[in-house]
Amino acid sequence: MGFGPYLLLATLEGLVQAAVLSITAAGLSLVFGVMRVVNVAHGEFVMLGAVIAWFTASLLTGHPAMGFAAALLVSPLLVGAVAFASERVVLRRLDYNPEATIVATIGLLYILQQTVLLVYGPDARPVDPPFYYTIRFPWFGYSAYKLFVIGAAIVIMGGIWFVLQKTRAGLVMRAAQYDRETAQAFGIPVDRVSAWVFALGAMLAAIAGVLVVPIQQAHYLMGADPLLLSFIVVIIGGLGSMSGTVLAAVLVGLSDGIISMMFSPTLAKMVSTLLVALVLVFRPNGLLGKAAR
Amino acid sequence: MLKVEGFDTYYGQSQALRNVSLTVAPGEVLCLLGRNGAGKTTTLKSIMGLVPPKRGRMSLGGVDLTGLPAHRIPKHGIGYVPQGRRLFAEHTVRENLEIGLMARGTGREAMERALGYFPALRERMGQRAGTLSGGEQSMLAMARALCLEPTIMILDEPTEGLMPSMIATIRDVVIRLRADDVGVLLVEQRIDAVLPVADRIAFMDHGEIKAELGIAEVRADTSILRTYLGVG
Repeated sequence: MGFGPYLLLATLEGLVQAAVLSITAAGLSLVFGVMRVVNVAHGEFVMLGAVIAWFTASLLTGHPAMGFAAALLVSPLLVGAVAFASERVVLRRLDYNPEATIVATIGLLYILQQTVLLVYGPDARPVDPPFYYTIRFPWFGYSAYKLFVIGAAIVIMGGIWFVLQKTRAGLVMRAAQYDRETAQAFGIPVDRVSAWVFALGAMLAAIAGVLVVPIQQAHYLMGADPLLLSFIVVIIGGLGSMSGTVLAAVLVGLSDGIISMMFSPTLAKMVSTLLVALVLVFRPNGLLGKAAR
Repeated sequence: MLKVEGFDTYYGQSQALRNVSLTVAPGEVLCLLGRNGAGKTTTLKSIMGLVPPKRGRMSLGGVDLTGLPAHRIPKHGIGYVPQGRRLFAEHTVRENLEIGLMARGTGREAMERALGYFPALRERMGQRAGTLSGGEQSMLAMARALCLEPTIMILDEPTEGLMPSMIATIRDVVIRLRADDVGVLLVEQRIDAVLPVADRIAFMDHGEIKAELGIAEVRADTSILRTYLGVG
């Protein structure tokens, strides 16, 4: 295969990576934006989403699309419920103190990881994609499911934009994000909003987990990479900036996908980390981030 | 009537308010005056539940509001214009006003009435609040609070940093609110901004209300201003 088709293939892989990453990082960005909480357990919500997807798909016999569709519904709901409970039981009691919540979410990371190890075991297990179809290019065939993932991410990110910009719930979230105190003075229960936002962030991570599991397999240690890459994306894009998150996800996803395929995955991670360092030095608030009040 | 009794408020171990009591009747303007750090803004924040008092009681129209969380205070009809305006700068003018409507579930008519006080804002509805001029931002901060159709308006230095024509506009709105039977609790540092609108003045120092006088008494004896504010 010549360089051109190889670059096309690497770009497609990068776009799939960017698609999953944008959904995962959107959750992290939302949580940080509204709550100012750095959720170190965010990657575990991706993992939990993938593992629950495997359980759900295993329980349902018949066409794989049935199991996948059920997983896409069940997984975010269960993960959202776990996150909601964690917020009420732990984060709220810490009064969202930035340092304390980092330690608490590290604890949550290990609780989730070890619980999954106990219940699910150490094996990596696949979930069938909802359909098997290969798109034939002149030089190679490409999984239609992966293109579906890109399309799904566009729809989901569009949905997030719509909710944030055009609905009452979005207005409330953005107000709480911008100025918690003034939001309260205008009747916004910032405390309750935080709980829902934490759940929503986790649900997005779970959706990313469900979308990725037919490509990558569910494993109890799979949360580390999405966490690292999400942090990279959120820092490059600008903490709390959704448009910055999408832009950075595309940049990081593409560079990670292309460099991984053409050179090595290690070099890809090195480039992403270097990007973070450059952004922190030259644009401390990120590409599209703004200093919070 | 807004009734505050014996507020003691702390920041950590440091006591910011000591036994602060005040009342604001419908159609009355009470001004809090005092030097920087006297406790004026903390008094307002304690009333709004943003810095909850450790001791003391508060009621509005006979309804006990003591200990309510901050987000439930505005639902009882208390509108708040914070110091420095604190607009949602990334939001449009319309969105800022919609947040005011949400506070108490008031309808679009409330927004229309609020815009009646500041017609200039009608041309700016789609503009981001952060891009408005200082005067327009002040108008929006007041209009946002008016959207919840308050029975009590709490204004924290609304004329801060404004040019004289804008100060006159704010003063006219306060006079209009009083005429509409809205009680106003106004914090100011500038005595000249207060004298034309106030019915009573409470002088604060070191977290306490040192004296509360009718406007006629203050006008008759300006040495009071020297005593409590070091001016006059």
